[in-house]
Amino acid sequence: MDAHVLGPWRAALIAVEHQWTWYRRNWRATVISNFLQPVLFLLAMGVGFGSQVREGAATGGHPYLVYLAPALLVITAVQNAVFESTWAVFSSFKWQRTYLAMVSTPVTPAQVLHGQLLWIALRLASGTAVFLAIAAALGAITSPSAVLAVPFATLAGMAFSAPVVAFAATREKPDSFNAVFRFLVMPMTLFTGGFFPLSQLPGWVHPLAWLTPVWHGIELARGATFGTLRLLPALGHVAYLSALVALGVVLGRRYFRRRLAV
Amino acid sequence: MSDLAANVTNVTSTLVHARGLTKRFGSFEAVRGIDVEVSKGEAFGFLGPNGAGKSSTMRMVSCVSPRTGGELRVLGLDPDTDGPRIRSRIGVVPQQDNLDTELTVRQNLQVYGRYFGLSRSAVREKAVELMEFAQLSDRADAEVEPLSGGMKRRLTIARSLVNDPDLLLLDEPTTGLDPQARHLLWDRLFRLKQSGVTLIITTHYMDEAEQLCDRLVVMDGGRIAAEGSPSELIRRYSTREVLELRFPPGEQSGDQVRDLAERVEVLPDRVLLYTPDGEAALAAAHARGVRPVSSLVRRSTLEDVFLRLTGRTLVD
Repeated sequence: MDAHVLGPWRAALIAVEHQWTWYRRNWRATVISNFLQPVLFLLAMGVGFGSQVREGAATGGHPYLVYLAPALLVITAVQNAVFESTWAVFSSFKWQRTYLAMVSTPVTPAQVLHGQLLWIALRLASGTAVFLAIAAALGAITSPSAVLAVPFATLAGMAFSAPVVAFAATREKPDSFNAVFRFLVMPMTLFTGGFFPLSQLPGWVHPLAWLTPVWHGIELARGATFGTLRLLPALGHVAYLSALVALGVVLGRRYFRRRLAV
Repeated sequence: MSDLAANVTNVTSTLVHARGLTKRFGSFEAVRGIDVEVSKGEAFGFLGPNGAGKSSTMRMVSCVSPRTGGELRVLGLDPDTDGPRIRSRIGVVPQQDNLDTELTVRQNLQVYGRYFGLSRSAVREKAVELMEFAQLSDRADAEVEPLSGGMKRRLTIARSLVNDPDLLLLDEPTTGLDPQARHLLWDRLFRLKQSGVTLIITTHYMDEAEQLCDRLVVMDGGRIAAEGSPSELIRRYSTREVLELRFPPGEQSGDQVRDLAERVEVLPDRVLLYTPDGEAALAAAHARGVRPVSSLVRRSTLEDVFLRLTGRTLVD
């Protein structure tokens, strides 16, 4: 079979295969931040700090560890997406320049973006699945429906990742990526109802939390885990998260093209 | 390969056709309306100093950079509408290496080949063949990062051949390499040329252009200043021989020898006398009492052609 132009999906899959080739060699370097860190969080907050928290209305009647686990799944997805959506993307434009190599093959800038996003989605899905298994082993997961939290956490992670990837594609310097972590990821982690109910925060914070993908993700993940998720709000959350993904894809296509086809 | 693609190559032996091709970045016009025609089997060169518009032209031809204006056909197709199809049949060696430095030599070739729709087994075989060609077989499973500049460059060239391209575009293939690495690379490129691959090369080294190119254009300031084979250009724009007289900087205006040659160029550290007979001119200069620090009679090169056309030297 001679060289030919790949279909758009096939091209993205080959890009994933490319990433996988790298991952197979280097996965050890990612284990600490992707798997160990969230587990330490679960142990410190869930088991340690949680032992001091009485179960009640605020925890939905669940032990704190059980209450925390689905939310931590979403937070883990978003945290795992940070590096892959900023530094990794920036490097592929500027340092390693692998995107530049890709677009001198039949692959287009849009397909480069799709491949990157698909790869991040797979990383988030597998990362949260592993975390779920560890959390279950630690007794933090008591309901089988918690498996639904994995796709919800992945969706929330992508709702964060896709716009950030688009943003990273506009950067000439990586300076702003630390700010993304400090001013977006940290508050989204702490003040969106993951560790304690949103109702404990002043009213003006609520609308800000509602804007974040993390709050929607936590609502979905927790609702699915504890069987309290109702259809209409669920559709609303999924629609909002999907809209953020779509926005990121549309902007990303534009910025990738602008950067790679000059 | 598709029938259509096969037809396109059969119908025309012109692989690149450009008329009035321009490229603008904002208000800066990098390429100012050039006409280029490259035929199958040729080794064609763009010779010019940095900033002449060579790379911008190459990027348009390799269908990664859209043209601002003019006509452009590559393999008979329009890059604006058929970019991916053209790219599937060309090989690109960019000015700056963009290898995946955290993968092995072998993996770089295999991964890249997959983007051309080649099967896993096909890229496995191809990688072995290309590593042999690039003399990298003994480094097959070494990571790319610590390899020397010359090895990386050879790998980039090997990678550009993974799809058996009809046309290979090399942007400054040997810039930054030591002489030995350059010669090794030239040898590889010469082999490709012998095997019938059409080459387009940009360079600001006149020796590279002379070694590799059947035909070339001299570019300056986004325009084509002259076109022809290296020997034609030398014949047309220079004399057979050149007498170089070296002086301490600023001590010679050239006035004393101006009538001894067809043309005289005064550079900061030397005076060049363009003449059919360099030794005779040297004897005449000595007879007039001109005492240079050193002197040299040599044949004209493309450097002289460039100096004649632009009044500047190629490499500053």
